[in-house]
Amino acid sequence: MAWTWFHRLGSPPYIYSLAARLTPWFAWPAALLMLAGLIDGLVLSPPDYQQGDGFRMMYVHVPTAYMSIMIYTTMAISAAVGLIWRIKVAHAVAASCAPIGASITLCALVTGSLWGAPMWGTYWEWDPRLTSELILLFLYLGYMGLRSATEDVQRADRISAVLAVVGVVNVPIIHFSVVWWNSLHQAPSLMRLGKPTIAVSMLIPLLLMLLAFTLFFVAVLLVRLRAEILSRERSASWIREVVTP
Amino acid sequence: MKALSDFLDMGGYAGYLWPSYILTFVVVVLNVVWARRLLGRSREEARRRLATRAATEAGAAPTRAGEAT
Amino acid sequence: MTQGAVDRPHRKVGTSIWAAAGLTLARDLRLAFRKRGQLVQPLVFFAIVTTLFPLAISPELSRLRDVAPGVLWVAALLSSQLALEFLFRDDAQDGTLEQSALSGQSLSGLLFAKTGAHWLLTGLPLALMAPLAGLSLGVPVAAVPGIVASVAIGSVALSLIGSMGAAITLGVKRSGALLSLLTLPLAMPVLIFGARATELAVKGESYGAPLELLGALAVLGITLAPLATAAAVRVNLE
Repeated sequence: MAWTWFHRLGSPPYIYSLAARLTPWFAWPAALLMLAGLIDGLVLSPPDYQQGDGFRMMYVHVPTAYMSIMIYTTMAISAAVGLIWRIKVAHAVAASCAPIGASITLCALVTGSLWGAPMWGTYWEWDPRLTSELILLFLYLGYMGLRSATEDVQRADRISAVLAVVGVVNVPIIHFSVVWWNSLHQAPSLMRLGKPTIAVSMLIPLLLMLLAFTLFFVAVLLVRLRAEILSRERSASWIREVVTP
Repeated sequence: MKALSDFLDMGGYAGYLWPSYILTFVVVVLNVVWARRLLGRSREEARRRLATRAATEAGAAPTRAGEAT
Repeated sequence: MTQGAVDRPHRKVGTSIWAAAGLTLARDLRLAFRKRGQLVQPLVFFAIVTTLFPLAISPELSRLRDVAPGVLWVAALLSSQLALEFLFRDDAQDGTLEQSALSGQSLSGLLFAKTGAHWLLTGLPLALMAPLAGLSLGVPVAAVPGIVASVAIGSVALSLIGSMGAAITLGVKRSGALLSLLTLPLAMPVLIFGARATELAVKGESYGAPLELLGALAVLGITLAPLATAAAVRVNLE
């Protein structure tokens, strides 16, 4: 029973229709949660004792930074699945993740820089966390560049999968960099063992935004995945019913 | 009015905060727009491919029918 | 029954991976020495780059001494990159790489040997040249051992990281820029620790800590990189 379900997940037409059906279930909640998070974060929640209203930048920086890593991990896992079990759909998922991840990483870097400027007195520091986040951006760009430079789609899938898996060493570096080194960046207050060290009134909008961004990512991924599947399944018969309006 | 201008001022951090939020908003919207456009284009391309295939098949058939007679 | 049809006793005929790797290493070194002009290219590049910095920044030794660690390391990194594109290219083109993959020997072992050859031809000479360049940038003589040690160990990691990049971009024509894009991000930690170790050596302080980290990176590279390199080569040979 479970095996047939797993098999269906590898079938492009099934995934295509599943993605089409699921997208609104992620898109609309994402939009609502983002609105709620924005209102809570910008208006309702209190200013920080030390950073005042500047603290509110956390509500965009932390979700985007978190997503930049989550998206890469998703990309690396689906690439590995595609590489090991030779499942084309998994490669399509990985390919769809990359542009989203790259733009979100850029956003994380810039919002972080804008937050750091008034708080640390500098727009940029070559400290471990910022450097490894920059490396993450280069990994995304390298992945996309490698894909586009390789002509054969199957080879592009597999070679970029190797790259994605190799690059995954960067993810624990990003996360633990603030623990291992004396860094400008603050130590983890959320993703750590034990209770989060952040006030509840600030935790709520942060969680809302985190959830909103996660749902947003899945929604965009599903749309891109459909486009990716269509372009791969060049003249498969199932496309006819799906594409003719 | 003062409340609004205070809000926009964000305790003096406006110059950093609003660009952050605007950039994030732009990235979110661009992702949505770009993804949807990509899907639209893929569907268009698929439609065109199917149409040309149908056309070439239809074009080939009469010749065969003509040869049969 | 013919005279020749005698059953030979079954004996396990095969080469151990060590022997095979050693043969690969020797072959690569021999081939490299045939093209002596190409051999010195990374070293010449290194010399030129380190010369450019004093011209561009300032001829004052006191100022140069401050930037010397960074300059040495960036130059070493770029120089070792030069030879990477050709690390597997010749073998891929004449089919040797395919033979290696089909040989039944551990592909990662053979590729590790090739990477080792690259290090012996690029990294090690750079480690020996670096102190000279450093002295020209105003670095004190006491810093020489530190410079040699850090560049020697760091370049091991750089060769291994570079071999992954070279294997991944095998299928891409004119892969220079893409190769750099893929290799440099992973090489950044090596650069950071290496420059730090050199900086401490220049200042006359103890550089053991970053040197150990460099060593850890090299060891990590030795254990993991050949596997990724072999995987990438296999994909490109499919």
